[in-house]
Amino acid sequence: MSHFDEAYSAVQAALDAGARYADARIMVRRTESMTARDGDVEDLSSDESAGLGVRALVGSSWGFYAVPDLSDAVARAAGRRAAQIAMASATVPGPPIELVPAGAGEASWASDCEVDPLSVSLSAKGDLLVRATAAAKAAGADLAEALCRSWDTRKWFVSSDGHRIDQHIRECGAGVWASAIGDGEVQRRSWPSYGGQFGTRGWELIDELDLIANAPRMAEEARALVTAPLCPAGETALILGGEQLALQIHESVGHAIELDRILGWEAAFAGTSWLDLDKLGSLRYGSELMNITIDPRIPGALGSFGYDDEGTPATKRDAVRDGIWVGVLAGRDSAAVAGLDYAGSVRSDGWARLPMVRMTNVGLEPGPHTLDEIIAATDDGVFMETNRSWSIDDRRLNFQFGCEIGYEVKNGKRGRLLRNPTYTGIGPKFWQSMDMLSSETIAWGTPNCGKGQPGQIGHTGHPAAPARFTDVRVGVRG
Amino acid sequence: MSVELELAGRVVELVRSAVGPAAHAEVLVEHNAEALTRFANSAIHQNVAEATTTVRLRLHLDGRTSAGATTITTADGLRTLVDRAIEAARLSPPDPTWPGLTRPTPLHVSAGHPGSGEHSGLDFGFDEATARADPGQRAARVRDFVRAAGGLETAGFCRTVYASAAFANSDGHAVEGRTAEAAMDGIARADGSDGVARLASGRLGDIDGAALGARAAAKARAARSPIELPPGRYEVVLEPEAVADLLGNLAFFGFNGKLFNQRQSFAELGAEQFDPSVTIVDDPLGSRDEPAPGLPFDGEGTPRRTLVLVRDGVTKAVAHDRRSAAEAGTDSTGHAWAESRTWGPMATSMRLEAAPAATEPVLPPSVEPGPTAESARPLVAHVERGLLITDFWYTRVLDPKSLVITGLTRNGVWLVEDGEVTAAVSNMRFTQSYPQALGIGMVRGIGSDSVLLPDRWSGVRYAAPAVHLASWNLTGNASG
Repeated sequence: MSHFDEAYSAVQAALDAGARYADARIMVRRTESMTARDGDVEDLSSDESAGLGVRALVGSSWGFYAVPDLSDAVARAAGRRAAQIAMASATVPGPPIELVPAGAGEASWASDCEVDPLSVSLSAKGDLLVRATAAAKAAGADLAEALCRSWDTRKWFVSSDGHRIDQHIRECGAGVWASAIGDGEVQRRSWPSYGGQFGTRGWELIDELDLIANAPRMAEEARALVTAPLCPAGETALILGGEQLALQIHESVGHAIELDRILGWEAAFAGTSWLDLDKLGSLRYGSELMNITIDPRIPGALGSFGYDDEGTPATKRDAVRDGIWVGVLAGRDSAAVAGLDYAGSVRSDGWARLPMVRMTNVGLEPGPHTLDEIIAATDDGVFMETNRSWSIDDRRLNFQFGCEIGYEVKNGKRGRLLRNPTYTGIGPKFWQSMDMLSSETIAWGTPNCGKGQPGQIGHTGHPAAPARFTDVRVGVRG
Repeated sequence: MSVELELAGRVVELVRSAVGPAAHAEVLVEHNAEALTRFANSAIHQNVAEATTTVRLRLHLDGRTSAGATTITTADGLRTLVDRAIEAARLSPPDPTWPGLTRPTPLHVSAGHPGSGEHSGLDFGFDEATARADPGQRAARVRDFVRAAGGLETAGFCRTVYASAAFANSDGHAVEGRTAEAAMDGIARADGSDGVARLASGRLGDIDGAALGARAAAKARAARSPIELPPGRYEVVLEPEAVADLLGNLAFFGFNGKLFNQRQSFAELGAEQFDPSVTIVDDPLGSRDEPAPGLPFDGEGTPRRTLVLVRDGVTKAVAHDRRSAAEAGTDSTGHAWAESRTWGPMATSMRLEAAPAATEPVLPPSVEPGPTAESARPLVAHVERGLLITDFWYTRVLDPKSLVITGLTRNGVWLVEDGEVTAAVSNMRFTQSYPQALGIGMVRGIGSDSVLLPDRWSGVRYAAPAVHLASWNLTGNASG
């Protein structure tokens, strides 16, 4: 069933009401979430959401209105309302707005999916999570939790520039967590990552995670961490696992290269960026090993799509090449303001939210080494993996991360466990210290990227592999 | 009867007709109209509104439980919701800890809430004008904020929300209510230094864009030319914006009934865990001084009321929904929400009690607007050498049980020496246990004025005075 006609009605109504550009997104989304705790299913929910969001540009001012109704009359009313809101925006107008070309006209796209996650029976899902948490519990966890989640989203996009694009994106993911409660603190181990692993794939992704087989090891490691020595404080060589490096990329590169932040559009909330557009193409961001791409075309990665929510076709671009900053995440209006000729990184969290600049898949190209080679080449350092906490300032410079587990590295060998490992630094200084990078890349999915007001949750992907950084401050604690 | 209550009753009937009277069904219908006018670079750049109705159904059938939600409120949409929930329940494993349904119970509400049959008679409550606010009224406040900043670059938002909700279950409990709220939050920027002002209220009429813009600008101007200080432990005065972050994290990780049951919270009922000057309550129905009443019932239909979490330094309670309460052997405190089974029940209207005004030294009003909020000035006067901190940013938990948190200062930090602000300071990173910072002997003073502050999510707010703390662990500065 197509919803192009209703979206077209909303756009036309906005134009009739005075807009010089309008676009509309109709989205129908089903989500399913199941959690388990200590061998029992804890929660199961199945949600459905459908509605229309329309955006109108009147003069140099935007307006947006959203309704959970797909009838033609309501769509027209929503288009008129969006134009009225845009007119109110003109009370405090900004500079003239232009839009860079979006490229596509009529198109259709769907993500690859071998096994539809919503076709897998609830009993099979429950069995998986029950067995994974029971296995962790039996191996000594005080608390064992597991989760699987899936999204099935269909979109119909129409714009006054002639777009008619429909997309069908299926996403899913899962994870298992084991916690050991010590005297005054909690130690947790997660498989395969802090919040689970997610992608634009079918249930085959979850099968590959092998939650049940990995759960006991998580419990054993959490238990061992309770009595492990604290990560020592000081400056040392730091080796990060790929999952942690994915979040490091997300926080200290992905958000920093969002053009809306660079232009000050997020100044009051998400913040700005330390990057200055005058230095695009010349600023040294990191060492020559640092090659970051923006690539929404990676099959199965969580930030993949065929077209962004302004209708721009998915295109691979460089963000950092040989350590030099060369690209940004942009939308049609922000690109025009910045004098750039490309957009393609605008998405909205559902029909009720305004499309805005978001990460797609922002990741590190593989390096020449392996994790074993990196450890073997390290005389004295700490290896940390699996994120536990993250914090970074509003310019995306000063960061502090905590990991679930650390290991002492001495004379080229991985040694004893270290508890509560943390590290801190300043973005460009940290990235310039990267001197070894593995080729063992995985496209990690982050399904919980917050941005915008009202708040939006974004799904992003981050190809990353283990890497080594020199002279990093570790062991920060309260 | 509201549209929402009629819808809720219809879904209960659909369940009954599909699977008979033995099924336990609870239905929450929420109509939410949120509008937010956002500005940056001193211009409105995003201006949005939505009107959404969501129907949530939780079903307990033959000892098994499922839940679902939809925004499709047509007859087909509701039937699909019910059919899907029934199918999911039948395929789910047994749920031995199902806590049962809320029995018919009257609400504890203020005037303006329909459907309760009981009214407190107080004159605070639902504000029709806020519920009907239009984009022009929000834009006018933005214009006033921008003008009052006197040419400084500004950014922020003005938000209005109207919510009408109803709950019905198959045990005959049916309640309804509505709420309206408004908030403004903005910064002014001067030479790379920011100042902030924010305010929440149940009445848009209380939001004065010009007053907020002037305050943000005064702080931004006073924050120019910051010096860099070395990391270390500092005596601090936290202004209400920073105190709100403490309250939010205490609610999420400390006074959370699920984490409490799992022994992941620091909270120990009856224990002296805070300084005796600390009293923290959750006040979801608002008060005469803080007229921002929320909905009078939670997601399980349990009536909301004031919950004392800490009284005079002693931890008295944590927030529960029906399931966490049953596990703890107590009653629900009215803190169920759509995902409380996953994340735990949480207090959303936290208030740190302000100190009685009589215990404060009386200071003449400041002549020139400066860095210090009026409510913090008496506390700053008692600081020997320390920091005045406006706001916190990106706070994240290193350990949930000890509630050690790292984050950064934002929107203005100043060095205070001998009771006077002597220099602006660049932002710093901290790593600090929040309960420890508020522990016995660590609180040197609490301001006598509370400010009602919005959260990033509508429906969540904090009432916070400034506080003077003996020690705060700053672990990094702009250099790293």
